[in-house]
Amino acid sequence: MTAVLEIEGLRKTYRSRKRGVRHALDGFDMRVEAGQVHGFLGPNGSGKTTTLRTLLGLIRPNGGRMALLGQELPRALPAVAGQVGAIVESPQFFPHFSARDTLGLLAQAGELPRQRVDEVLELVGLRDRAGERVKTYSLGMKQRLAVASALLKNPKLLILDEPANGLDPGGIREMRSLMRDLAAAGMTVVLSSHILGEIQLICDSVTIISLGRRVAYGPVDEVLAAHSQGAVRVRLEAVTDLPQAADTLSRAGVRVTTEADHLMLAGVDKPATVSRLLAERGLYVSELTPVAVDLESVFLELTATAPVPGQHRQVDQSTKVEGGWGA
Amino acid sequence: MSLFVTELRRLAKRRVTRLLLVLLVLGLAGVATAFSFSSHKLSKEVVAAAQVEADHQYRQAVKDWERTVADCDAAKARGEATEERFGPNCGRDWQPQPEMFDPKWNLPYQFDFRAEFPTFIAVFAGAVALFAFIVGASFVGAEWSTGGMMNLLLWRPKRLAVLGTKMAALLTTVLGVTVVLGAFWTLAFWLIGRYRGTTVKVTAGVWRSIGLDGLRAVGIVLAIGAIAFALASLGRHTAMALGAAVAVFAISEIGIRIAVGVLSIPFGDRYVLSTYAQAWFMKQVKLFDYDACQFAKGQCEPAELLVTWQDSALVFGLGAAVVLVAAFWAMRKRDIA
Repeated sequence: MTAVLEIEGLRKTYRSRKRGVRHALDGFDMRVEAGQVHGFLGPNGSGKTTTLRTLLGLIRPNGGRMALLGQELPRALPAVAGQVGAIVESPQFFPHFSARDTLGLLAQAGELPRQRVDEVLELVGLRDRAGERVKTYSLGMKQRLAVASALLKNPKLLILDEPANGLDPGGIREMRSLMRDLAAAGMTVVLSSHILGEIQLICDSVTIISLGRRVAYGPVDEVLAAHSQGAVRVRLEAVTDLPQAADTLSRAGVRVTTEADHLMLAGVDKPATVSRLLAERGLYVSELTPVAVDLESVFLELTATAPVPGQHRQVDQSTKVEGGWGA
Repeated sequence: MSLFVTELRRLAKRRVTRLLLVLLVLGLAGVATAFSFSSHKLSKEVVAAAQVEADHQYRQAVKDWERTVADCDAAKARGEATEERFGPNCGRDWQPQPEMFDPKWNLPYQFDFRAEFPTFIAVFAGAVALFAFIVGASFVGAEWSTGGMMNLLLWRPKRLAVLGTKMAALLTTVLGVTVVLGAFWTLAFWLIGRYRGTTVKVTAGVWRSIGLDGLRAVGIVLAIGAIAFALASLGRHTAMALGAAVAVFAISEIGIRIAVGVLSIPFGDRYVLSTYAQAWFMKQVKLFDYDACQFAKGQCEPAELLVTWQDSALVFGLGAAVVLVAAFWAMRKRDIA
């Protein structure tokens, strides 16, 4: 597949007399294929927004390579900017202009037909409120306007930083549906979000960043599978057989945790093996369920940001990886 | 070109631009209207009445003088001391003369377009420069602080071209406002001169001189607009330009004046910006060093220093250039976060 977005070894270092040296991006890699909805995940301060700003020419990197739509950045940015729609961080607009004025000025600057403004206003559900000043908008409405501004160019690549922020449940569902429709129409979407359930639902692939480095990437199901650790829950017809079953499976090299009424197994490649091993000992399985992991647990595991009782995790307090999974 | 037109539209749509333009027009119209009421056409009848009044005042003064001399003589005859009360020789040396009663003093104020309009050009330039400063600073300052500049750069990722186009749109607007309002301002005062004052001796040379004054006014207005724009862009906030203006005023007009006074630096006013603003409009300002005088040795002709409008051009031009270069350099180099 063709890569629409490529980043290799991207570095950005901030130097401050007070705070010293901070590597916001520390050799970050990313690749997004054409036509995908790609999730870009990371804890606060991990370098997501820095990556997007660097990609869009707002921040100068200290090193690394970037390409958009097959063209090297930053040299080709003016040439590809017309094909890239983006919102970065919270939506910010001039408060005294209406949504129509805001989009109209952008459309004029981009030499786009005026009718495109009405099209995107319709698309994001702001048609009837387009004449009102932006300062009267709720956060969710500003978010819709931001998405509208990114869609205005009818871009080949859409980069959205927290597009669901401030949206009501209906709005989140609409946004999800919109992303799917856009991807179906051939647009590549890069989605940065903390709503991991949403990402899991709508994204084809993900990149997870922590402390400025990629810790995981790939198709969502592959990332989940890679971190499921082959967990399987096993119940037997007779609870009293659990110790014998645990012993049998342990001897076969399976990691076993005995619970009150079942066993939890880890490192199982093929669940059928478990069934066969136990049956050979006259132990009959009543339930054999692979335990699925979700993106949230993978994210928390990879970034080491799961809450610990009694501790207050600080921003930037995250895992330090040395060539993470898939890196 | 589309960006330039967009920025012109954006500037025209801004509330602060519209509000300040209305205030500027109302303010200038108010000054012109008030001034038209304070000026009176000096007709032959008014001049004749002033002459009659002056003659009357002269005759009354002579009468009073004659009575005073007579009173003095009477007092002297009574043996009273008169010198302290009436002066030497009973004040005979102080006889009023006709030329002491100029009829002009009895005339109402009449606006003289030729002599006085240059001052009003400076007033006009001051008002429009204030407009240019606030509009220029807020145009880019608000764009930075509300995220508009970042949005625009996502569409047009050419930083210098975007900033330059924005500034060009600002200066074009300010130039348009200055020229149009300047034309109305000139017309208004010419009409005041024509119908409520005088427009005598307004020759082609006078118009040429007024034109040059107008050009200098346009120059200072554009320079101030550009400086405000550059300062706000440098600080990425409107308040940066306003703060810098207050700081420069405080340092130049208060701090430097106190410092040169304490250190007795000759021609201290040459270090003060308002001297150069004055020289810009008046064509030149003469500074005197009275401290060099030794009055004990008699009358003194103090040393002089001439500050010309060319000196002002150098000072303001250099100041504007430094701020503009810094703003564009920062735009090119600094991250946009």
